[in-house]
Amino acid sequence: MVEQVRKLLDKRLKTPEELEKLRQSIISDKDTSRILISVCGGTGCRASGAEAVVDAFAEEIERLELQAKIEFKETGCHGFCERGPVVLIGPKKIFYQHVQPEDVPEIVAETVLQGKPIQRLLYTDPATNEEITYETDVPFYKRQTRLILGANGEIDPTDIEQYIAAGGYSALSKALFHMTPEKIISEVTDSGLRGRGGGGFPTGRKWQSCLKAKGDIKYVLCNADEGDPGAYQDRSILEGNPHSVIEGMIIGAYAIGSNNGYIYVRNEYPLAVERTIIALEQAMDYGFLGENILGSGFNFTITINKGGGAFVCGESSALIASLEGKIGEPKAKYTHMSEKGLWDKPSLLNNVKTWANVPLIVNKGADWYSKIGTKGSKGTMIFSLVGKINNSGLVEVPMGITLREMIYDIGGGIPGGKKFKAVQTGGPSGGCIPEEYLDTPVDFDELTKLGSMMGSGGMIVMDEDNCMVDVARYFIEFLKGESCGKCVPCREGLAKMSEILNRISHGQGKPEDIEVMTDLGEILNNGALCALGRSAANPVLSTIKYFKDEYLAHINDKKCPAGVCRELIEYSIDPDKCTGCGACVRACSTNAISGEKKEPHVINQGMCIKCGACYDTCKFDAVIKG
Amino acid sequence: MTKYWISSETSIEIDSAEDNNVVHFSVDDKDVIVSNGQTIYEALQRQSGIGNIPALCYHPSVRPYGACRLCTVEVSEDGGKNFRFVASCLYPVKEGLVVKTNTERVRNLRKGIIELLLARCPNTKVLQELADEYGVEKPRFALGDHDCILCGLCVRACQEIIGKSAISLVNRGIYKEVAAPFYAYELGEECIGCGDCAFICPTGAIKMGENGKPELPRVKIPYAEIGAMASAAEG
Repeated sequence: MVEQVRKLLDKRLKTPEELEKLRQSIISDKDTSRILISVCGGTGCRASGAEAVVDAFAEEIERLELQAKIEFKETGCHGFCERGPVVLIGPKKIFYQHVQPEDVPEIVAETVLQGKPIQRLLYTDPATNEEITYETDVPFYKRQTRLILGANGEIDPTDIEQYIAAGGYSALSKALFHMTPEKIISEVTDSGLRGRGGGGFPTGRKWQSCLKAKGDIKYVLCNADEGDPGAYQDRSILEGNPHSVIEGMIIGAYAIGSNNGYIYVRNEYPLAVERTIIALEQAMDYGFLGENILGSGFNFTITINKGGGAFVCGESSALIASLEGKIGEPKAKYTHMSEKGLWDKPSLLNNVKTWANVPLIVNKGADWYSKIGTKGSKGTMIFSLVGKINNSGLVEVPMGITLREMIYDIGGGIPGGKKFKAVQTGGPSGGCIPEEYLDTPVDFDELTKLGSMMGSGGMIVMDEDNCMVDVARYFIEFLKGESCGKCVPCREGLAKMSEILNRISHGQGKPEDIEVMTDLGEILNNGALCALGRSAANPVLSTIKYFKDEYLAHINDKKCPAGVCRELIEYSIDPDKCTGCGACVRACSTNAISGEKKEPHVINQGMCIKCGACYDTCKFDAVIKG
Repeated sequence: MTKYWISSETSIEIDSAEDNNVVHFSVDDKDVIVSNGQTIYEALQRQSGIGNIPALCYHPSVRPYGACRLCTVEVSEDGGKNFRFVASCLYPVKEGLVVKTNTERVRNLRKGIIELLLARCPNTKVLQELADEYGVEKPRFALGDHDCILCGLCVRACQEIIGKSAISLVNRGIYKEVAAPFYAYELGEECIGCGDCAFICPTGAIKMGENGKPELPRVKIPYAEIGAMASAAEG
């Protein structure tokens, strides 16, 4: 009896045929007449209240007893975080933005039951002022190629069967039964896939050297320690489609002959951790992990390891030290990890995005994949487009798209009609790229040429209100705090750099500061131990290169042209414009503004703390900043 | 027959036959032959007078660490076409390697590192001597008053030679320091008072106290104060 129950409960798929049978039965059992409602449950939309929307839908469906008519799911990130919470309805994907729980009954009654779009929830194209009904017509999505992120909007990440129905684990079955390890690796090599974590090392070559490395024990590792300020694509993949990463890892393990894998994920990503754990358990239940995977005789398990919150642990050797239970400090990498990695065994470490690309390449082939992208960088790249941009969110585009297309066509330009100043790519150790290079195609090599880098795909847009000295100061402060402190150039050099930048932004810059910082940059580039230190000077060096005028204005004229550095700006009142309404007097928290009613007011500079409240309050533009 | 230098003055002439146990490479335009499996820095320790490499975090008794970066040299793996900077205390010797230990680029880098270290520890003799040698005058930065350069030798000696691990490097970045377990103000039973840490310290930052235990260099930061307060309250 017990044996029978166990057999009934056993979901392990024992052959590839069983997998296909299961896939067919999930697809044929699906009631296609049910209308799909998919609510984005990614971190961005959750921050704008998606959880309440999910609850409202669940309640409404139950109240009206519509379970048979509606297929409702909470999915991973859809990408258009600026407009969250985002809801998609029906096979044609009616796109609703900024959905609130109050809207839910109306959506169910109007759109779901009667097929009528609700105008006020539709996206309006700012360029044409037209309302757009379907997701595919929204300019933000139209220009993208969502190979990796596309499934996010369709799959409930906590249900493996939905991944299987969407073709999931077919690449694994193909790799295990129709390809040799050498064939898989040559396919990955021919695809031209390069490491998506920032280094851009050819993935196939890494796999090849790991296959060749001697040793009976090998490890497969996934780097999900994404820590760049403003970047959240790895987290969104793990939150939205964790099985794509797991499938990639199993294929990689089979290719190099490894039986143990680790996912190193930041503990600050609770949703990613939770959904990855669920996905691992389900993959184990269905026999995609564990012993004798799909009856192939190949064994592989994945353990999840939660990071302790150090940025530097995203660096491969520090990640390994941390996995081994040691202090997360980088080591010199004169011996490759593919020979001596985790516990000195050959190890294959790839980024989340790299792993997620693998099932695609195995399924569709290297020829197909290598047609996307530029000569040196193939496939798509996911960027997190943030900062002074209308459409913040996750953007997946083919390599080679220009910065201008990314910022203006997909990103919808700069809010408030402000002027573009720079875009910072590649995370904190990336560089700032000015307007003159907006037509540069984005790929690994082109960004490096400009003194920036691809990094893990952060893209922070800045407008005329951003002070480049302040931007450099912010990133150096961040890196100073995250430097592990092992090597002298990074520990001491970044501290000194931040000291100088703080001085400059306080109006105490010296003429020789630029030269000293350039020297420090060179010491960091040439002398630091790991990639964090060697690229840490990029924010300073690139801003000195492209925005030297701003540094000189701070140092020589003691002025901050963008009006950001508080010590260098002064607020005053234009007597011709001031109507003496007194609004600024009420806004000022230090009583620094005085004047007779209906007469021009004045600011007492000694009492002014430069908070800018008067500037923001004045309706007559009478307060002057400068 | 090829001429190999075994010190700055002496050379030998031998057949450079294929042999897996030795590697042939050049250091500052002198061909040398050394046994395989060493790092550049180790190998040159035994070839007196060849190459000129300073180091502060290296000691033959403990595993190399690569923190001070003073031993940085330029190496080329393609016979001298492309050079890159590596830490010689960690970089393994390889057949045909071209090593330059004292180029202008290398000296400039070391000069910068010495300037940074001297700014941290302006009163340290070993750094003042290095500063003289490399022509570093007054550092261009605000000066600190530390003695410890965080080379980690004391920690490694305690762990690898003594086998006690009574002290450790804690915190990160500029807040890094050598500390006793749980930030105790004084070392307890875990320390056997052997004095190895004080002996190996290149800057003399660790001194043996009257209680027979080393006094660790203290960095004035909030964490340390919290730790000290906790221990004081306890004791």
